[in-house]
Amino acid sequence: MIKEESRYRRKRLDRGIKARADTIFVIASWKDLTYLFLPRAVPVIALLILPLVLPAYWGKVLVFACVYGLLALSWDFLGSCGLFSLGQALFFGMGAYLAGTLNHYFHVPPILTIPVATVGGGILCAALLAPVVRLKGVYFAMITLMLPLLLRKVIDTTGVFGGTHGLPSLSPLPGETVAVYLAIIGFLTCLFIFRSVGNSDYGLVLRAIKDDDRAVMSGAINIYWRKIQAIFISGAVGAFAGALMTHHFQFLGMSAFALDYSILPVAAAAFGGPGTFAGAALGSMILVPLSESLRALGGLRVAIYCAILIVSIIALPEGIFHYMARKYHQFEKLVEVK
Amino acid sequence: MAGEPLLRVQELKKRFGGVLAVFDVSFELKRGDFLGIIGPNGSGKTTLVNCITGFVKPDSGRVLFGGRNITGKMPYTIASLGISRTFQMVRLFYNLPAYKNLIIPLCSSRAKKLGGSHYGEKDDAAIDLLDDMGFERDSLVPYKTAGSLPHGYLKRLDLARAMALRPDVLILDELFSGMSMSEVASTLPLLEKYNEEGLSIVMIEHRLKELFRVVNRVLVLNYGRKIAEGPPKEVMKLDEVKKAYLGIDLEVFPSAAAVKE
Repeated sequence: MIKEESRYRRKRLDRGIKARADTIFVIASWKDLTYLFLPRAVPVIALLILPLVLPAYWGKVLVFACVYGLLALSWDFLGSCGLFSLGQALFFGMGAYLAGTLNHYFHVPPILTIPVATVGGGILCAALLAPVVRLKGVYFAMITLMLPLLLRKVIDTTGVFGGTHGLPSLSPLPGETVAVYLAIIGFLTCLFIFRSVGNSDYGLVLRAIKDDDRAVMSGAINIYWRKIQAIFISGAVGAFAGALMTHHFQFLGMSAFALDYSILPVAAAAFGGPGTFAGAALGSMILVPLSESLRALGGLRVAIYCAILIVSIIALPEGIFHYMARKYHQFEKLVEVK
Repeated sequence: MAGEPLLRVQELKKRFGGVLAVFDVSFELKRGDFLGIIGPNGSGKTTLVNCITGFVKPDSGRVLFGGRNITGKMPYTIASLGISRTFQMVRLFYNLPAYKNLIIPLCSSRAKKLGGSHYGEKDDAAIDLLDDMGFERDSLVPYKTAGSLPHGYLKRLDLARAMALRPDVLILDELFSGMSMSEVASTLPLLEKYNEEGLSIVMIEHRLKELFRVVNRVLVLNYGRKIAEGPPKEVMKLDEVKKAYLGIDLEVFPSAAAVKE
């Protein structure tokens, strides 16, 4: 056995198309085109068709998956400029409470509350986190973890915005199908915008801030202003998810600031592979349905879910997406060692 | 503005715990000046640069740039006003292609104001700059990841990064350390050219022979204090400078002085 292994080794070869570079594009054949577009088109088409074929219950799960996907994307975007957040619930709750209160007290229809909550939530989150934007690593994470818990306690104690009971019977979205497609289209748009921003010069500067902020500062770039912009973008995405969920449930409660919304997106991004956006999206698309399908197991559900997470993170520390991308772009060949 | 100094440093002080890193250093820099800063290791040269460029807040003293007080301003503010620097330990993005490293300063509002900002122009501007630095345009060198380039290239990439801002004052922190003789020889004329075009350069350097070829004034630091300032030849004749550099009493070891001459 050992003898045989020593005579052969695995060699990785790029499968790539003829010319591939950042700036050069040579389209050679249908084969190359399918190679390029298949991995992008298949998930999009699948997501758009799924609501039509899935039973109603799994349609709801799909909305959940998209909402968690949006939160995971929002987490990954903050992560790309070196801000490690544990407070996606802050963004989510901010959007939920903006949309919910606007609808409940001022009877604004969902068609307006969702965009207002998206932009307003982004601005509020950026304003709340702007004073601590100079903090790094675990210190920033602590603050973002605390803020939603703090707001939740404030609502609990003072009873504002419905207090412990929440605000029931909000205006619903025009229909189940609209809700599902709003979630899916929001999720896909966000994914593709983030992917292209990541490849643009703007994304390059954000990633550079993560790598070495002093070098970026010496390039005359106000890194704190860039970070606040990133918090706004990320906050707006999270707030959109919150506003959508509020109208979907037709209920607004303190659970919008729940710890789940902070932790699960991080788990999804870590599971899928952080730093690529596609990884975060893929992670939440796998984890949320997985968690639902384990529901039949009753009490052990969470334990099994955690075990799967732990095993996958140990086995594939780079994340599923990186692994799949590598397998897609390269193939392994056994070559004889002479 | 002809006679008015561009950069004026007044009685700058910085203390790290019990160490006086920079003590009462003052100097002036006119437009088109080429100033060298020399001194033994630990004499406070880099701290002085860090104080001027905002990476370290001075305890007291003032830095005036074009008549404006920039003491303690953020590094990006100072850089966008027109003081650019290189780092002794190059700070680059090693996983990016070399020319992409220049995109970051080219994204700043200063570079956009002075140069083009349309799509694709940044890449062209970056390649142009690297071509000046000796990264041949037609070769693969500008497109290789920075991490795969030899050290001399990294130093010049750092210089290009600083020049991408089209600064009024360029501060070079030991640019030549680790460069080969031929790289130094090709970089020196470039610096002279920039200088002739009106760029004021402050250069920290241990390679005195190369430094003295280009500068018109040197400032000598020792234990954070300015011990001499003037034209290179006159300054190096001062006993205090020789003592600081060689660390010995020249009257006891006259042979050492002869070697240095």
